[in-house]
Amino acid sequence: MSDELYDELILDHYESPYHRGELESPSCTHTEHNPLCGDRVQLQLQIGSDQRIEQAFFDGEGCAISQAAASILCEHIEGKTLEEIEAFTAAAMLELLKVRLTAVRQRCGLLGFKVLKTLAYSYDGSHDEAAEASA
Amino acid sequence: MARTMRRPRLRPEFQFRFPVSSCLFETRGQRVVGTIRSDFPILGRPLSDGTPLVYLDSASSAQKPQVVIDSLSECYSTYYANSHRGVYQFGVQVDEALEGTRARVAAMIGADHPEEVIFTSGTTMSINLVASAWGRSRLSSGDELLVNEMEHHANLVPWQQLASETGASLRHIPLTDDGRLDLERLDECLTSRTRLVAVTGMSNVLGTVNPIGRLVERAHAVGALVLVDGAQSVPHAAINVQEPRIDFLAFSGHKIYGPTGVGVLYGRRELLEKMDPFLCGGNMISEVGLTESSWAELPAKFEAGTLPVAQAIALGVAVDYVQGIGFDEIGRIETALLREAQQRLSEIPDVLIHGPAVEHKGAIVSFTDERVHPHDMAELLKRKGVAVRAGHHCTMPLHAWMGVVATTRASFALYNDSTDIDVLVDGIQYARKVLRCD
Repeated sequence: MSDELYDELILDHYESPYHRGELESPSCTHTEHNPLCGDRVQLQLQIGSDQRIEQAFFDGEGCAISQAAASILCEHIEGKTLEEIEAFTAAAMLELLKVRLTAVRQRCGLLGFKVLKTLAYSYDGSHDEAAEASA
Repeated sequence: MARTMRRPRLRPEFQFRFPVSSCLFETRGQRVVGTIRSDFPILGRPLSDGTPLVYLDSASSAQKPQVVIDSLSECYSTYYANSHRGVYQFGVQVDEALEGTRARVAAMIGADHPEEVIFTSGTTMSINLVASAWGRSRLSSGDELLVNEMEHHANLVPWQQLASETGASLRHIPLTDDGRLDLERLDECLTSRTRLVAVTGMSNVLGTVNPIGRLVERAHAVGALVLVDGAQSVPHAAINVQEPRIDFLAFSGHKIYGPTGVGVLYGRRELLEKMDPFLCGGNMISEVGLTESSWAELPAKFEAGTLPVAQAIALGVAVDYVQGIGFDEIGRIETALLREAQQRLSEIPDVLIHGPAVEHKGAIVSFTDERVHPHDMAELLKRKGVAVRAGHHCTMPLHAWMGVVATTRASFALYNDSTDIDVLVDGIQYARKVLRCD
């Protein structure tokens, strides 16, 4: 019988995460903590010239929800453009997890999402700078 | 407006009969242990899904006995008024009830004078009061404050702030490997430059009960004052501020079965008298001119603004309740619970209990399970009705010292019993099963 919170999807990702680890030369890296429970999620993206996420890797430690959510996130965003990431909402992220989270656990479930949004927001600038520098 | 100032029409023969009737409050010396639990209505109420509550979070806040709940309701429904010299009937009743609480708190902790008991909002405010009113004008570069890594943020951050404001430095008593203060190494950090030692009576995570007597002796020998954070220790063990001679003692009402919003700072009178005010405003003044003011006597000097009247009165009832059971009995109940919990949790493979052996600690068991993250543990224990806390429990430096980011903490009080431990242990196994790591 599937658990209402720790269901197959969450536990599968917790036990065998998708792309846990680090990229050799990521386009961008960012880490966030959940100060209340000490969850940590680092996200690394490899972004192509077409502004598309080619690879996403996460690392960190924390509860099953925060780590599984980061894994599910990485799987979901690969192949998406930054424009699509901009349109990606917290509600949509929570839907991906397929379980209902209380307000407290939403902090865990959305930790990786917060990192992604931070990266996507700041990436434009650095990308432009890099482009200008090489021009 | 003038109406409130008019002389109230009180019959001279009027006899007050306040329900909380304080000083004469009947104690419950012959209580049978089995009935303690039934004094706490919340413990008899199942959770929304019908599961019985197993409350193991008393270190965070204790549940309230019916007498405390009744006291609040009684105050608000039969004699509530603001405190401080309302001449009408309720004003007088409230003042008498408040002073009754002050006297009972003073008696409980062995204070010489009731005015050495200052009502605050809680431990945090009590400690901030000392840091500000004692520290700011007294400390300067070269002075030292002595704390340690096991302190709650409330007994650490105010001293960090005081040090940064005054140029004083903060030093730390080293901890032993099992999480006790290493008094063998006290000479390394306690010097003639030490002005104050701030120390918890009992760690809110490790449960460590600190040797306050020996610390006081050593601190006073070098001329340093001692502030004891009694938030965890005062509800669980008798304390007497005369022996050892504690300079400041802070604790909270809500952890000693009283209401939230009220706490106590005890300070030795000669210290409090020399200290500056903390908060300024109503009640704390003697005379106010347009450009300057003089301060009221103790305790009013440190009680600016409206007090939590009903809560402070109910705190007196909580003190009566605790003393009615008696600290000997409380100690007996809680030590038995601690021994059992510690034993049964230590039998579970891959569960690590943090802190010293039971003879050095109070009834708090903080643990990590190598298989289940504390947050998941608390979540899954919740389903079994178990209320525990997961996280750093406002002790980030201590968790850094332990090398973990979070722990699960089960804390016990006089209303817990062995059944609670059974459910906790079963719950840990259940959590492992759900997370497929049993």
